[in-house]
Amino acid sequence: MLKRLVVVVLALVCLGTQIVAQDTQNGDTETGTDLGPMQQVLQANAEIIVESSRRTIQPAIDAVANSGLEAAPFVLGTWQDRDMWQRVSDGLFFKVEKSGSDYELTDFDTGEVLARVTKDDIEQIKPNSGIRGLIATALVTFQLNDPDPAKRREALDSLERNANADLLGPLRDSIETEDNPTIRARKERLEKLITITYGDDPEARIAAIEAMAGDLGVDVRAALNPLVATRTRAFDGEVPESVNVAKILRPGTDDLSREDAYALTDGEPLLTDDALRGVLQANIVDGQVGGIPVAELSDPARRIAAFEALEAAGTVPAAATEADVDAAIATKVFASVYAEPNPDITAAANRALGRIETKVGLNQVLDLGLDALSLASIYFLAAIGLAITFGVMGVINMAHGEFIMMGAYTGYVVQQIIPNHTTSIIVAIPLAFAVTFAAGVAMERLVIRWLYNRPLETLLATFGISIALQQLAKNIFGTQARPLTSPDWLGGAWVLNDVVSISTVRIAIFVLALIFLAVFLFIMKRTRLGLETRAVTQNPGMAGAMGINPGRVNMLTFGLGSGIAGIAGVAIGLYAQVTSEIGQAYIVQSFMTVVVGGVGNIWGTLLGAGLIGSLHKGIEWFNPSNTLAAQTYMIIFIIIFIQFRPRGIIALKGRAAGD
Amino acid sequence: MRNTFIGRNPSILIFLAVLAVFTIAITFMSEAFGAGVISTSFVKTLGKTLCLALVAVAMDLIWGYAGILSLGHFAFFGLGGYMIGMWLMYERTKEIVAGSMAGNPIPPTEQEIVDGIGTQIFGVVGSSEFPIIWMFADSLFLQLALVVLVPGLLALVFGWLAFRSRVTGVYLSILTQAMTLALSLYLFQNDSGLRGNNGLSGLQNLPGVTASQDFVSIWFFWASALALAVGYIFAAWIVSGKFGSVIRGIRDNEARVRFLGYSVEGYKLFLFTVTAMIAGIAGALYYPQAGIINPAEIAPIASIYLAVWVAIGGRGRLYGAVIGAVFVSLVSTFFTGGQAPDINLGFYTIQWVDWWTILLGLSFVFVTLFAPKGIGGLFDLIADRRHPDRHGADLGPDKGSLQEREATE
Repeated sequence: MLKRLVVVVLALVCLGTQIVAQDTQNGDTETGTDLGPMQQVLQANAEIIVESSRRTIQPAIDAVANSGLEAAPFVLGTWQDRDMWQRVSDGLFFKVEKSGSDYELTDFDTGEVLARVTKDDIEQIKPNSGIRGLIATALVTFQLNDPDPAKRREALDSLERNANADLLGPLRDSIETEDNPTIRARKERLEKLITITYGDDPEARIAAIEAMAGDLGVDVRAALNPLVATRTRAFDGEVPESVNVAKILRPGTDDLSREDAYALTDGEPLLTDDALRGVLQANIVDGQVGGIPVAELSDPARRIAAFEALEAAGTVPAAATEADVDAAIATKVFASVYAEPNPDITAAANRALGRIETKVGLNQVLDLGLDALSLASIYFLAAIGLAITFGVMGVINMAHGEFIMMGAYTGYVVQQIIPNHTTSIIVAIPLAFAVTFAAGVAMERLVIRWLYNRPLETLLATFGISIALQQLAKNIFGTQARPLTSPDWLGGAWVLNDVVSISTVRIAIFVLALIFLAVFLFIMKRTRLGLETRAVTQNPGMAGAMGINPGRVNMLTFGLGSGIAGIAGVAIGLYAQVTSEIGQAYIVQSFMTVVVGGVGNIWGTLLGAGLIGSLHKGIEWFNPSNTLAAQTYMIIFIIIFIQFRPRGIIALKGRAAGD
Repeated sequence: MRNTFIGRNPSILIFLAVLAVFTIAITFMSEAFGAGVISTSFVKTLGKTLCLALVAVAMDLIWGYAGILSLGHFAFFGLGGYMIGMWLMYERTKEIVAGSMAGNPIPPTEQEIVDGIGTQIFGVVGSSEFPIIWMFADSLFLQLALVVLVPGLLALVFGWLAFRSRVTGVYLSILTQAMTLALSLYLFQNDSGLRGNNGLSGLQNLPGVTASQDFVSIWFFWASALALAVGYIFAAWIVSGKFGSVIRGIRDNEARVRFLGYSVEGYKLFLFTVTAMIAGIAGALYYPQAGIINPAEIAPIASIYLAVWVAIGGRGRLYGAVIGAVFVSLVSTFFTGGQAPDINLGFYTIQWVDWWTILLGLSFVFVTLFAPKGIGGLFDLIADRRHPDRHGADLGPDKGSLQEREATE
């Protein structure tokens, strides 16, 4: 600190003496001794500052920027913001802020408010946009070397937004002294990007392009794409050497239609249908055009005849005929031409873009895989309850979607009562299970157990329950979507690079799906309930004879399947909006998942969910703008798939298959 | 007399008589030909209800008689509506476009008129080109043929795929539901060529007809009644002979019929396709009365409602399907139209617009549980025609006349 102070004092003294010397030379009445050092610098350049001309201002800016004073960025910033004013009485410069009807003068050296004056006493320095640009360039140097890393990052942010060639120098200079490794890396990257676009040395630009070739950043592609932008031009005879040609185009091919090619030549305009009608309309004489009655002109051939008659009479200028078009095209050579004149640079940019594209493609496949996995786990979550009720028990439960909805609304209600999101989710999951378990048991006891022999009627009865529950939810919660907010720790996303990323909620759903799989396997294979369920499913009579109560087992199994649907509802509600139709969106896909996978086998359901999820994402990839089409084609695929494996991917064999 | 077709099915005569009396009564009460007691919009509602009754008859054929719970017949119904809607919309727009172009100093060419129609129709989905599926839209005859052919072809292809791989029971139901979902999702796209979720509109205006809607509505009412009568007789004829016996046999025990040497798949496929065609005709009569068709009409839930009507009316008897469709859709109109009075419970007012769906859903559960024969079962009580006591619980029409013991063996 002391050392810096000494340096500053020394610098002040030196400058002071210099300016005093200058002043005495100029015979100025001002004495430098009672002015601050920055004020002295400004006074030395007062004339050109006041003149404010783009051509002459540079020395003044340099003087301030290179003064080595701490106030330099402050002065430049003020100047750029048009807040620098000159006091009329003594010609001193101040930062001026309006306060009430008065103006406050702030001294540049001390930063203190010196005086309050009226507008008549001061005059504003008005730098035009060109000067402000020059000031900004000078300012960047300070910002890029600012001791505060946050300021340096801000400077880089603004550089990224509006880069230009002038900023390249300060940026390069600041890299040397940068000690923060992440900021240094950013600076180096930015330096290359600006070099690619604005550099004046072709070698350096090519080197920068090649250095960035493996980078996935969108900004790299944004910097490279303008280099390879082309436009189509027509040339007489040979294409000149000076032009950087991307491709010679032949008219009449896919690259260049005849009409477009002709438009590039300077022949007479082609006669479009609209133009023809306009010309005819303008030349109606006594209900006739070129001797042809208007009523006949609904025939295109008669229209042309009328136009030719007009042309022959010299009433209208001749239009280009097909032969004219051919002749005009034949004399010209058409080529798509790079805007960038240097062929080495365009070649390097093309190579780099090719490499980037390959890499982006690979990463997109990876991203697609992650998406598919996440979608598959959502389908699996939605379907696992169904895998129990439909897959194991053989009960078609059309109200399964409404159990998902009940779970989601339970989560919503809990969040209304418990504001803390983490706690509310922890409370909501068991509560949702309890609510839907109870609903499932009630439904099994009241309706489904009477219909075990009539599967089609189970379908219809549960459908009745489904529409009743849906309408009930609408009556209670309204038709608008209710938010189920995820806790903050689920709010982010796992970002691998600019292409591959996945939100944390989806990872959580994936984990939840795995947990459910484990729970299902544990219950079915390791517990008494699972054993009894399997027994009752295979042969209820025999199971009854062994002392198992089939009614009770069916009730509990159905309740379990419904309860899992409720938990799935909470999970789905976290990433989708909760509406009364949330279950509808999943019911058909869930049934598809179970059927495709193979009824009665949890691994089949897992495979089915994986197949449907990846299929969905895969089809979407071909036509990303159209998710509806993806669903359509997916369902068609499933219908065809069922042709070849009617019993699903994993078909039960032998006695377990039942029929 | 006893052995004639009508003699064996006396219900046909009763049904036709009731339908004729109803049609004449409505005609004399309408605004066009009679006292004007009932409004034109209600005539349209009744006409639409007759179309729904016709598609319910088709549904009863495939479900009540053949035991195939198809959740796709309302999709065929909608397709029929789309096919006739294309012609109606094209010709109607052509009139408008030609009318507006007639004032031009130069008379328009054919191509200009077609372009104008394209811009008018497809402007809402950001296009002006005619998709290839509209190539016959200017021909009434071809579009009328497509009303039958498109649903029939779709049913034929889908049914062939499904039946040959022996997909039966609930699996088939889910598969048909998936087909319906796929179709409606496809139509929801803007580039499906059928105006996406805007659907086709203005179908109530018949091209070249200047009569008021009062008359048009009664014409369509007559046409719907005629179609229902013909469809009913056709359905009764199909199920009365040997063919009917075979398909009932398939419903009760598919394997036995197959072992008796019948081509089960062929029978099913024929019935599936024919009922899809009937559904298409019903749709082609329904949507000009509704005035608008959009993909939401085809959504799977509509097909399930169709099953609901048939179940409430009574499966396995054709008049049951008609009664169910007429009863449920008219009661629905009554409750959802805001005509039903609210019930004030003191602490809560039941508004039927909100609560009707719940009542419908629950009544559906009750019908399934306690009255598997539906409303049609009441006629058995009147006719005192009771099934012989076969010492076992009735499994409902699903398993036919089998006893419980036989069914589980």
